[in-house]
Amino acid sequence: MDRITRRDLGRLTAAAAATAAGARPASAQAPSGPPIRIGYSMSLTGGLAGNGRPALVAHQIWAQDVNSRGGLLGRPVELVHYDDQSNGAQVPGIYTKLIDVDKVDLVVSGYATAIIAPAMPVVMQRGMTFVTLLGTGVNHEFRYDRHFNICPVGSDVKETFAKGYMDIAMAMDPKPRTIALAALDADFTQRAVESARHLARQHGLRVVYDRSYPPGTVDFSPIMRSIQAARPDLVYIGSYPPDSAGLLRAASELRMSARIFGGAMIGPQISAQKAQLGPILNNMVNWDIYAPEPTMQFPGVDALLRRYREVAARENTDALGLYVPPLAYAQMQVLEQAVKRVGKIDQAALAADMHAHPFDTVIGELRFDRLGEWTEERNLYIQFQNVTDGNLERFARPGTQVILYPERFRSGTLRTPYGAGST
Amino acid sequence: MDPEIALLLNAVVSGLLLGSLYAAAAVGLAVSFGMLDIVNIAHPALMVLGAFVVVVLTEALGIDPLLAALLMAPAFWALGAGIYAAYHHFFERRGDEALQGLAFFFGIMFIIEVGLVMTFGADQRFVDPSYAAVTLYLGDIDLPLRMLVPAVASLAAIGALILYLRSTFTGRAIAAVAQDPEALRLLAIDPVRIKRLAFGISVVFAGLAGGALAVVQPVDPWSGHVFIGRVFAIVIMGGMASLTGCVLAGLAFGVAENVTAALYGPAWSPAVAFGALLLVLAFRPQGLFGRAP
Repeated sequence: MDRITRRDLGRLTAAAAATAAGARPASAQAPSGPPIRIGYSMSLTGGLAGNGRPALVAHQIWAQDVNSRGGLLGRPVELVHYDDQSNGAQVPGIYTKLIDVDKVDLVVSGYATAIIAPAMPVVMQRGMTFVTLLGTGVNHEFRYDRHFNICPVGSDVKETFAKGYMDIAMAMDPKPRTIALAALDADFTQRAVESARHLARQHGLRVVYDRSYPPGTVDFSPIMRSIQAARPDLVYIGSYPPDSAGLLRAASELRMSARIFGGAMIGPQISAQKAQLGPILNNMVNWDIYAPEPTMQFPGVDALLRRYREVAARENTDALGLYVPPLAYAQMQVLEQAVKRVGKIDQAALAADMHAHPFDTVIGELRFDRLGEWTEERNLYIQFQNVTDGNLERFARPGTQVILYPERFRSGTLRTPYGAGST
Repeated sequence: MDPEIALLLNAVVSGLLLGSLYAAAAVGLAVSFGMLDIVNIAHPALMVLGAFVVVVLTEALGIDPLLAALLMAPAFWALGAGIYAAYHHFFERRGDEALQGLAFFFGIMFIIEVGLVMTFGADQRFVDPSYAAVTLYLGDIDLPLRMLVPAVASLAAIGALILYLRSTFTGRAIAAVAQDPEALRLLAIDPVRIKRLAFGISVVFAGLAGGALAVVQPVDPWSGHVFIGRVFAIVIMGGMASLTGCVLAGLAFGVAENVTAALYGPAWSPAVAFGALLLVLAFRPQGLFGRAP
């Protein structure tokens, strides 16, 4: 079969998007008055841009939607954003400018913990309600009661992050006995592997390899070879995109095999890596936040993804948009629904509303606990199955990223082993 | 074979392959920084630019990425010559090259990175030559062609450069220009022209290294950041203007990183590799193959 490129995918989705756009309700009364300005920093360049740019596209689609429905409180919505260059040091200055100089009405965060954490002191000082995107445990230290995080990880990262992986592993017969752990020296990946380490001890698994590697590692074959030499039943890795590709390629080249291989590898969620790695991903069990499976067909998510893909082809952002865009859109939906319920821009009232009410979003119903995390963690563990090549169109369909955990979204069964000898 | 010995041997072999990539990345800098005294901090960014051009050429023409890197060499030479002409006109000629020249190359680095983001987006790009998924097995030793082919091509290109610099009049003029430009004038050679030629060659090697990089790993516009510290360290460790030293230092860096990662954990790799640099400088401040002043 011919490979479908990003551009082809964009063309295919453009037609569908045009249909979806035509199906949208006619504009309500046009918004009027001064705009409601929503400010944030976003990583449009630098290492986080691969997810920051898709998030911005999702925000822009939301703004178009809201304005076409008559705006927020009858006023048009305007997004005010600055590129933080993936550099946390830029973030406090950006939020100071947004709040004190630009006088934005509302603030949200850009993508990832490294960008959210430096914004917190500025946002807290000004008493702003802060809806954040994919932070991990940021508010554990700040304990700010106006922080709300759009992230499936939940409040108790150590107990729950790797729970799905362990539940899947411990349900195998015979039960696994050993595990190898490897993690990039970074906040998110260390937290993820800490959870795996903690739960492995609880399950009586013997840890046969447990190492961190520094950012900037180029060759991952020594790590993978050392893991292979330890012959673990399970491999749990916490990594970021450039490393994930290197680790998976090294695993393939060394004919690495384990009963379950994966963990919290950030990278295969992104279209470019799906296309690049193709069949190497088969049978890998990995953390994720959304998969286009029948069990996750929430109202609006399909239409969003169709429209996103149309824009993504033009903007050169992640082609499929299965990772950050649904959550970024939901981030804005939470803000929108709270403002509508409160009926005015009142930071304290908005925070109180967000604590008190559930939200209907494109990623399902959300509720926030007292730290602003989801009341119910929703870490997905998916398994890549039936991947024969890097054809992106295949990844947009059900049956390629099968959900194994949590049970309520389960869409398939585990296949083992990973790597050499897998079917 | 004893598993521990197999692990060590594999680490040495993979380190040599990795070191060849480092050498390819550093050898162009050895020409610009080591021979011409031009602190081209944008060298790794030029390498990434080369990788992106290779990706485009490979996708458009369906040719091998290393062949694509070779084909783009004239364009990269012209780019390098243009950059040097601007550098010479605005800084070197006025004697402002030290700090302002450094700022100039920082600027070029940022322009390249932002230009790549604007043109290609922030996602990783990659090439997928047919041999990239093939691994040769010599007993317990693994030789992934993804690493082996770029390593061999890099070492061959470096060998050709060394031969050119040693055996041609222009090559020897390049080696001489940093030491005594006035002496070149006495031989009716324009040192600016020689420097322009040499800087163009250094950028050609950035492009070739970019081709090798694209085969080894996917690239994004910021992939060069990983190499900035390493390539300068390798050039200094090798003895600045010595290309042979540069190659040996690159190989030593690769082996030190991978053996450390395999035996003591990857967290120690950079510390051991840069520790080796400090050790070399402590005993040979001029580097492995540098000449004492």
